[in-house]
Amino acid sequence: MMRPDQKQMLLDKIRAYEFSAAELNLYLDSHPGDQRAINDYNTFVRQIAALKNEYERLYGPLLNFGFGPNANRNQWQWIDDPWPWENN
Amino acid sequence: MWIYEKKLQYPVRIKKPNPKMAAAILSQYGGPDGELAASLRYISQRHHMPIPEAKGMLNDIGTEELAHFEMVGSMVHQLMKGATIDQIKAAGVESWYTDHDRATWPGTGTGVPFTASYIMSKGDPIADLTEDMAAEQKARATYEHLIDLADDPDVIDPLRWLREREVVHFQRFGEILNKLYEWKDSKKYF
Repeated sequence: MMRPDQKQMLLDKIRAYEFSAAELNLYLDSHPGDQRAINDYNTFVRQIAALKNEYERLYGPLLNFGFGPNANRNQWQWIDDPWPWENN
Repeated sequence: MWIYEKKLQYPVRIKKPNPKMAAAILSQYGGPDGELAASLRYISQRHHMPIPEAKGMLNDIGTEELAHFEMVGSMVHQLMKGATIDQIKAAGVESWYTDHDRATWPGTGTGVPFTASYIMSKGDPIADLTEDMAAEQKARATYEHLIDLADDPDVIDPLRWLREREVVHFQRFGEILNKLYEWKDSKKYF
């Protein structure tokens, strides 16, 4: 099991990549023909997928409703504490 | 549909309770220029947008505003959690405690409940995008007022991040407004 600070670091990395993708997404909504931005966006999509896979395998699901796996076969991990609004 | 992702868009890690600051920040949760108003405004207006760029932008910024609503709620929660009765009295937020204990609630810190009259959905794309640009500026100004009131770096950091998002959204809505004028002009000639 990795230490909690490593979990936080991985989550911060996912956050940073997702933020870049969200920024490109909004930019592309008003510049839908910008090929360089599309290329950058697709690069982030691949990196985010890989990072999320790693996170969900180690720490449990980031997404529910069928969009993320429950790695533990015996226990429903979605409801595990902490939730995002909890600072602990 | 919407899918919940179990993380904040930007981290909120506040260690010190501060009921006075919680009451101020609550306005960006359920107040006139808050994140709930922003999200509901854009998600309602998207239905009558005539061009794909406008539909996408309102849908996507409306979605991001829900993530900001969650961040602001987290800030309020962390600022109220663990506040002592003495701190609540010293902050002058006894009326919050009376009605809500330390709970987060969509209204302002002075007890004004959220209302749809904060927002408009006019059915006229140019009027609506013009409102949206004003809304982003009002939210930016509110975040600047909150930054003026704050002294805890754990509070200032996410406020500065949220302020920056208002600036980006204003820029993106401006691009959409220009496209809507082009769309309107093109209709005159065909």
